[in-house]
Amino acid sequence: MTLVFTGICSHAPGMTARADLAPPEQKDTLYAAMDGIRQAIADTKPDAIMVVAAEHFANFFMNNMPAYAVGMGERYKGPIEDPEWLRIPVREAKGNPDLARRLVAEMLNTVDVAYCEEWQFDHGIIVPLHFLDPHNELPVIPVNINCQGPPLTPLKRAWAFGEAIRRAADSVPERIALVATGGISHWPATPDSGKINEEWDRDFLDRWLSNDRDRLLAYSDEETYREAGQGGFEIRTFIAAAAAAGGKGTLQYFQPIPIFAVSCTVATMEIA
Amino acid sequence: MSLYQLSKFLYVLNRDDGAKARFREDAQAATRDYALSDEERKALVDRDIGLLYVLGVNGQILMHFAAFCGIAWADYLQQMRDGVTRYGPVRAGLYAMTTGTDEKVAGV
Repeated sequence: MTLVFTGICSHAPGMTARADLAPPEQKDTLYAAMDGIRQAIADTKPDAIMVVAAEHFANFFMNNMPAYAVGMGERYKGPIEDPEWLRIPVREAKGNPDLARRLVAEMLNTVDVAYCEEWQFDHGIIVPLHFLDPHNELPVIPVNINCQGPPLTPLKRAWAFGEAIRRAADSVPERIALVATGGISHWPATPDSGKINEEWDRDFLDRWLSNDRDRLLAYSDEETYREAGQGGFEIRTFIAAAAAAGGKGTLQYFQPIPIFAVSCTVATMEIA
Repeated sequence: MSLYQLSKFLYVLNRDDGAKARFREDAQAATRDYALSDEERKALVDRDIGLLYVLGVNGQILMHFAAFCGIAWADYLQQMRDGVTRYGPVRAGLYAMTTGTDEKVAGV
């Protein structure tokens, strides 16, 4: 078994860009929780970190939109955003094309993933990496689920993709740490930014932590859009992580932080 | 109405340093190859965040563009609210405003 770690975390650009506008104790406890899973990942001595993200038009657009994509590049650069705005310096992360190729080949048995030898990071991947791999040491396998440009992949397919990730990770000798990143309810990048449906978030996390497949897949996109905003479509990444890990989750951190635009969330899941 | 073209222009701009440089140098010329309405082209050239928002540009694309324009977060949110006041509700897409123009849910 070579999936060695599974976790989820928020990737809100506000976590770094607007860090000084949050109540200090909320920011500090969030940062401490992110550092906690950084250490947990390091303790598993991974050969690569796979980040399952819901990117925001850094690579994929409606001219040719893959439902699922996996990076197979030598190197990845980011953020595409103004680094002064995001307050994360540009880095060039190393990939592992040989490993990625083997992972993709296994995934293709059940999911038609796109593979990408070019890929840039936006906040969706660089914010997690900024906390989880601060010294830019780990080879990265970037993964994307289209959560931005409808029609979106159905939740049951996100689950199947998570199962494919698990099968692929377990088929290689390398040790893979999996981190899925997204928001729960949020209305990002609009005047609504900061609106959070905490009750919906807590209910989603209850489903996720208990790894209740049926309840995780019970949402319709109409319901999610109404109750959790367009940002709520990103639950697909968390659902894929639950399918990959297969065990029960442990919540490390949960706090709605309006200036960061989401309920900031950090959790891990037992690999069963 | 060519929201796809407008969004495509911003998508390319946001992720490409060469496109950013061309836009900084001559915004009007940079938009030449895109089939845009006069209103859309003017919104780009004027960096009219409020109008781009009302036209239906995806918020993520618009947020990255606003960062490129050096617009601070609170100003970015306010420019979108002002756009809705001036031009009316968001005309397309998923990023409609559901809060009031006087409502600042995150305090900014």
